[in-house]
This record gives sequence, structure tokens and C-alpha cells, in this order.
Amino acid sequence: MSAAADPQAKFRYVLRLGDLSLVLGQRLGEWVGHAPALEEDLGLANIALDLIGQARLLLSYAGEIEGCGRSEDDIAYLRGQGEYLNAVLAEQPNGDFGQTIVRQVLIDAFQTELYERLAASTDERLAAIAAKSVKETRYHLRYSGSWLVRLGDGTEKSHALTQAALERLWPYTVELFAEDDLDRAMADCGLAPRLAEVHAAWDARLDDLLSLATLKRPGDRAHSWHGKRGRHSEHLGYLLAEMQHLQRTFPGARW
Amino acid sequence: MDDNRSWPLYEVFVRARGGLDHKHVGSLHAADERMAIEHARDLYTRRQEGVSIWVVPSKAITASDPGETESLFEPARDKIYRHPTFYDIPDEVKTL
Amino acid sequence: MYTQELDVRGADSAAAADPGVLEQHFLARVDAEQKIEPKEWMPPRYRSMLIRQISQHAHSEIVGMLPEGNWITRAPTLRRKAILIAKVQDEAGHGAYLYSAAETLGVSRDELIDQLLSGKAKYSSIFNYPTTTWADVGAIGWLVDGAAIMNQIPLCRCSYGPYARAMVRICREESFHQRQGFDLMLHLARGTAEQKAMAQDALNRWWWPALMMFGPPDASSTHSGESQRWKIKRISNDELRQKFVDFTVPQAKFLGLDVPDPLLHWNEALQRHDFGPIDWNEFEQVLKGNGPCNAERLAARRSAHAEGAWVREAASAHAAKQRLRATRHAA
Repeated sequence: MSAAADPQAKFRYVLRLGDLSLVLGQRLGEWVGHAPALEEDLGLANIALDLIGQARLLLSYAGEIEGCGRSEDDIAYLRGQGEYLNAVLAEQPNGDFGQTIVRQVLIDAFQTELYERLAASTDERLAAIAAKSVKETRYHLRYSGSWLVRLGDGTEKSHALTQAALERLWPYTVELFAEDDLDRAMADCGLAPRLAEVHAAWDARLDDLLSLATLKRPGDRAHSWHGKRGRHSEHLGYLLAEMQHLQRTFPGARW
Repeated sequence: MDDNRSWPLYEVFVRARGGLDHKHVGSLHAADERMAIEHARDLYTRRQEGVSIWVVPSKAITASDPGETESLFEPARDKIYRHPTFYDIPDEVKTL
Repeated sequence: MYTQELDVRGADSAAAADPGVLEQHFLARVDAEQKIEPKEWMPPRYRSMLIRQISQHAHSEIVGMLPEGNWITRAPTLRRKAILIAKVQDEAGHGAYLYSAAETLGVSRDELIDQLLSGKAKYSSIFNYPTTTWADVGAIGWLVDGAAIMNQIPLCRCSYGPYARAMVRICREESFHQRQGFDLMLHLARGTAEQKAMAQDALNRWWWPALMMFGPPDASSTHSGESQRWKIKRISNDELRQKFVDFTVPQAKFLGLDVPDPLLHWNEALQRHDFGPIDWNEFEQVLKGNGPCNAERLAARRSAHAEGAWVREAASAHAAKQRLRATRHAA
């Protein structure tokens, strides 16, 4: 049961984690200077900073596993779109503050449950990264969860906007828990938790939060997003074009 | 300014390290106490400057009136026996 | 120090409500380097001058988030991205500290923000210039934050307690801002020919606006007299500007970049750099609202404020609901 993980597989798994934080952090970076209040500029920037930090740790590690000498920046900036393995939920546009908060809660709850279990990974490095990251992610969930409740149980307008955002983003959550061969292989060797377990815990948290926020849980819809396998929505292309621009324009330059 | 839209002012007190008192560090606006704590954490402890935060609605604080300094603090001025310099301690007793 | 404090309080007890006497005592305290705290007596013009200066400073921090925030999504490495987010986050924080300090003078943050968004309030001219290249981020850190630090350090000794304390906090955080800007420029200056050209171009565009940050020449500065008497402003515009030039020119030399001033030269007799004339007309125009980005900056802030209104209202509404539930529960 504890076969050592195949490096290629481990590499892809760590990329999934790192890219999720990278892309979500990139999205939050767009808010700075435009948030509804000064305090939210600070709050969102704080989360963005943590996520970029997680991306750096994870992508560095991925580079080491791969063993071809790629740095965190080589991996972050110089891959083609099909090589990014984040779930597509992260790349969805910010929209209004409500949409940003809904996206944040869905992913914060996922990362919290995932990292809590990853802290017991058979891979020491991953366990250490998860143990550090879960402290940050619990705070992110506190922040986004509080806002979900304020917006859901605030004014009629905020309730409507937030419910609409929830309906729009809910279909993307299916991908978070769709277990494929890679997820199974990582769970089999104790490197990662069973996604079903993470899903159950996530469900419970969401039910609590949605109830407090007086929001209705949308029905599940069949969908076929596979960002985890490099098949993305239209949004990632634009995001990467902006993110990669300088590195692509000045190949080999150091910054 | 519509009451519904403005967030009240809170005063923030931070204990930098165990063993120290909470110190007043400034103020911030928040809609409720929970938000005030979160904002205080993001605003005043970004560089790990705190282990404990208190937030108090500014209007809950009662301050002494600067115009009353005389009656509030003057009487204390005459009671110089509270100050260590009033006492002549022999040189031999160095630790006092 | 303790004794000194008591002596001055003793003098207060003799003061009638005569404003002339109150002002004399106020001046005596200021001269004695004592801090004036909220709700203590102060000349009305001292109060209004402080509100104007502190709020302008706060507005500058907020607007200043925009030209740099522009580049967060395009930062060329993850480390630079993180540094830039942290820097801009600090600026939001500085704005918050400063609004807090202004509020101790009896004005509300909402009022001050309304003044900014309506175009009535001023903010530092420098943020009305565009950041068109990555090197601009470095130039801002190196030159703009450098100039700001020079202005801000004397303010840590300003006579008004809350402003002085906010400045101490800000200065502590600011030192990393300038260093990261210089470090960024250094990497460019030592990089490829294109990167070095990018750095030189940024210096060419930001040098003169940075010098203008210190304000008009002493001779034409209207508020300086009282401001210095009351220890709000502690060093003159020209003096600070000269100091900045003398500090920064050797730094440019170290970077291997040319300061865009053909008249710049070392004055051996006076032991300082003489420099060329500043285009005060450009400064006037930018202050009036005719700079390259004034309209955009204000539009961005108005937008954020307007689009965020429903969010702020929701938070207030939720808080009100919670209070109602708490009282019902207690009943």
C-alpha cells in the first residue's frame, strides 16, 4: 500500500496544489487599490500574499521533484496553458466583491480540509508545507466566511448578488473533488488524503456557512471541467498573458 | 452621511509580547467587533507585532477632560512623598 | 522630564479662559518639545492646518496604491510580486493610520474621503504620473519613497502626538520600500542592455517629479511660517530637496545611470550639488488636476467607492441585525 510515489506523478500532484494557490493569488492581486474599503484592500492583499507564498514553496518543491533544474519562476512563468494544473474555479474572474468572496470561501474551505490532512503526509516536505499553510488558510476562511455571512445576511441587494455568484461558481466545485488516477495513486501511498474525506468535511463546513449566510445551496449540475488535467476555461489564457508578459518579452533576463 | 453606511470607529490595543501591557496603537473603522479584530490584525500586526488584540468602540471610552487637568492631577502634585526622589536613601542601600 | 511636565501644568492653573493666555501656554509647550494631544486646547488654525496636512498625506497613500498596484499582476518573478503586494498593502495601512490620526481632530474619515473623491482635497502630485514600465516600480521605490522618507522623518517629531506616532510607525515600515526599489533598479542596471535602458528611461521620467515632491521653493511657500512655528513642519522645502539631491546623486552613479539634468554639478565651495531649474509650471498644472493621470486616478477611486457601497451597507445591515438578535435573546 505504501509504494513510493512515482516522481512524475508526485510532480503533477504538487503542481495541482501550487497552481491553485498561484492562480488564486494572481486573481486577488487584481483587487489591490479597488476594494470596497481600505480595510478590505489590506485583507485581500494579506490573503494574496499568503497564496503567493504557498505557490513559491510548492512550485520550488515541484521543480526539485522534477530534477531538471527548473526554478519556481521557470515553472510559474514559462509553461504553456495546458501545463497549468489548477482547478478552473481559481481562474474565474473576480467579478464583484460578492463573487470574489464566494470563490474564496469555496477554495478556502477546500484548502483548509486538504492541508489539515496533508500535514500527515508520508512526504515530509509536503507535510511541512501543509502544516505551515493550514494556519494561513484557517485565517483566510475566517475572513471569507465572515464576509459570506455579512453579504448573504445583509441587505436584500447583497443577498441577491451573493446568491447569484454562488449559482455561477457552484458548478466549478465538482472538479475539486473529482478523484482521478493521480488522486488515487497519491492517496494509496499515503502522500495525500482521500478526496472523498476532504469532500465530506468541506460539505459540512459549507452547509454551516451557507445556513448562517441564509444562502441556498445550489443543486449539483453535471459538468466536465478538467483544469487539474490542463484543460482550462477561456479565462486562464488572459491571466497568463498578463502574468508571463515580462518574462516572455525578455527571455533569460534576471529581475 | 447615512447611518447605515458608515462603520463605527474602534480604538485598538495590542499586547506586543507576553508579559507586556496592551498598548493603544490607533483606531480603525469596522461594521462589527469580529471585523474590527480582523482589521486590527491586518492593520496593526502585519510584522508580527502582537499576541493579543483588544478592540473597543471609541464611543465606549470615557476620557478625562484636558481642561480639568488642574483638579484631576494638581492635588497629586503636592503629594511628593509618592515620588522616589523625596526619600534620602543612604548610599549603602544601593538597591532602592 | 517628569518634573518639567508638572511645572508646566502648574502654569496652566493660572490661565483664565483668555485665548491669548491659552495660546501662550500652547506655544510654551510646543517650544518645550511637548506633544499636543487630542482634545487639548489648540489654536483653530493649528487644528485646521493639521487636518489639511494629515488628510493630504492619507489621500496620497491611498492614491499611491494605484500606480504601483498596476504592476502586481505583471511582476516578473514571484518574489517581486510578493514584495510589491506587501508594499502596496503597507500603503493602504499608512493611509488608515493617517485617517485615524486626522479623526482625533474631530473630523470623520467619511468626510475626508468625500473631499478626495469630489476633487476638493489635494494629494501628492507624484501619483499623477503613469507607470508604464516595470522599471517605474523601481524608480518609485527608490526616488519617490526616498523623498517621502526624507519628508517623513522630521514629522516623527511633529508637535501633534497622534500624527507624530503615526509617522514613527510609517517610517519604520517605509525603509523596506526604498530598499526594494533600489534593489530592483540595481538588477535592471546590471541586467541586459534592454533592462538597463528601461531603468534609465524610468529615471529620466521620475527624477523631476520626485524633486517637485518637496513642494514649491521656500520663497513662494504660503503656509511655512506658522507651520514651522507650531512644529508641524520642521525643515524647509528647499533644505529637504537639497538633502535629497545630495543623497541620491551618488546612488544614481552607483547604478551607472545618468541623472537627467545637464546643469547638475558638484559645488566644491558649498559642498553640495547644484542642480537645474524645476519647471514649476508643470507642478502647478498637475496640482490643478491637469497632470497625465489625475483624471484616471480619481476615477479609479470613485469607482471603487461607488461599486463598494452595497458591500459596506451589507456589513452595516448585518451588524444591526446581530445587535437586534442579541437584545431579543437577552430579553
